[in-house]
Amino acid sequence: MAETGDFNRRDRKSHPPAFTPGYKTSVLRAPRCALVSVEQGVGEKAGPIFVPRGGLDPLDNDLIRNFSQGGEAIGERIVVHGRVLDEYARPVPNTLIEVWQANAGGRYRHKNDSYLAPLDPNFGGTGRCLTNAEGRYFFRTIRPGPYPWRNDGSDWRPAHIHFSIFGEAFVQRLISQLYFEGDPLIPLCPIVNTIPDPAAVDRLVARLDMGQQMPFDALAYRFDIVLRGRRQTFFENKREGN
Amino acid sequence: MPVAYLKETPSQTAGPYVHIGTLPAVAGLPVRSQENLSVLASGSVPGERIRITGVVWDGAGHPVKDALLELWQADAAGRHDNPDFPGFGRAAADFATGAFSFETVKPGALPWRDGRTQAPHVCLLIFARGINIHLHTRMYFSDEAEANAADPMLKSIEHAGRRTTLVGERGTEDGVVTYRFDIHLQGENETVFFDV
Repeated sequence: MAETGDFNRRDRKSHPPAFTPGYKTSVLRAPRCALVSVEQGVGEKAGPIFVPRGGLDPLDNDLIRNFSQGGEAIGERIVVHGRVLDEYARPVPNTLIEVWQANAGGRYRHKNDSYLAPLDPNFGGTGRCLTNAEGRYFFRTIRPGPYPWRNDGSDWRPAHIHFSIFGEAFVQRLISQLYFEGDPLIPLCPIVNTIPDPAAVDRLVARLDMGQQMPFDALAYRFDIVLRGRRQTFFENKREGN
Repeated sequence: MPVAYLKETPSQTAGPYVHIGTLPAVAGLPVRSQENLSVLASGSVPGERIRITGVVWDGAGHPVKDALLELWQADAAGRHDNPDFPGFGRAAADFATGAFSFETVKPGALPWRDGRTQAPHVCLLIFARGINIHLHTRMYFSDEAEANAADPMLKSIEHAGRRTTLVGERGTEDGVVTYRFDIHLQGENETVFFDV
């Protein structure tokens, strides 16, 4: 295994803290002790190449069709695309992105979701794709609806798509949520508001991208993702550079 | 002004329906071929077969029944580049009991950056509703006391009494060597979580 540089420290001011009482479930699920800062070992600086056994299915990144029972999903047809970069703006190629979301009415296809809005028989709500050599990815889906949840009375989540990214190392692992430009529910949401920095919230908002629409088919949203950057190893035998 | 770089995308909770995207069969979705990601060791992979099992507990002592755990470990020889052993696993807590389990092999020791040796361990990430950014921890093995005492990561935990929260207890279950590893998110016996 090639000797490689450490990854930048995670800037925890960009991330939500663990204890955010406005989001009630965090109250009993937040550690009270401080995190213990440690150096990165060879294991943490490596990471799984998690290409699912048997590889990806051609429809894995097409949520409009990958749960088809004979028809297509109902809702606002969109393409979500972007690049995965590290903090030094280097592309992260060949990394797995997984997404999941509710349907156009805000209903999840999950055994624990009992929201009264109906399931869409042609919509499953799960997809995945790999970034290409330039770090680019895209998937096709329908825009998810908002949905109510039990927090402070009936709060409503903004339309959102959950996403999960592996990167090249276990320390780059990230799960987050994509929101949509202009959604007035964004500033009201206790989960969005776990992030203290408004500029950081803004980085979770996908932008309408008319230039990448599919004419007479689907609108497009652009969403770039930034993972922790890997530094050079100064003063050691350098086997890679930037 | 210091040099500016791009900023990392902020984390958000994985939410209660994380299984839809990460373990669809657990959500009740037959979308993809059944992936049993909690089984890492199959066929003739060398090493001692073990089961890692436990429960994630919240600050009121209740099981976190919607937790998702990810495991990353070396193979039995202490390597991360074995094409026959992915080293990565994913398991969901049981919706009724909160129990999770992985079937894997006991990892070998790994080198540390300054030439010292790390005791055998697995890295674990915990995601769930109510967890805004995933928690990173490690499980060590109770039958490796000597190696654990010399482990550089364990020794960097200032409060020595907290180190025991990272040691899985060896036993047997249905004839399988099992390490029991409970994770306490908050309060008494709170598990050590790392900023790596």
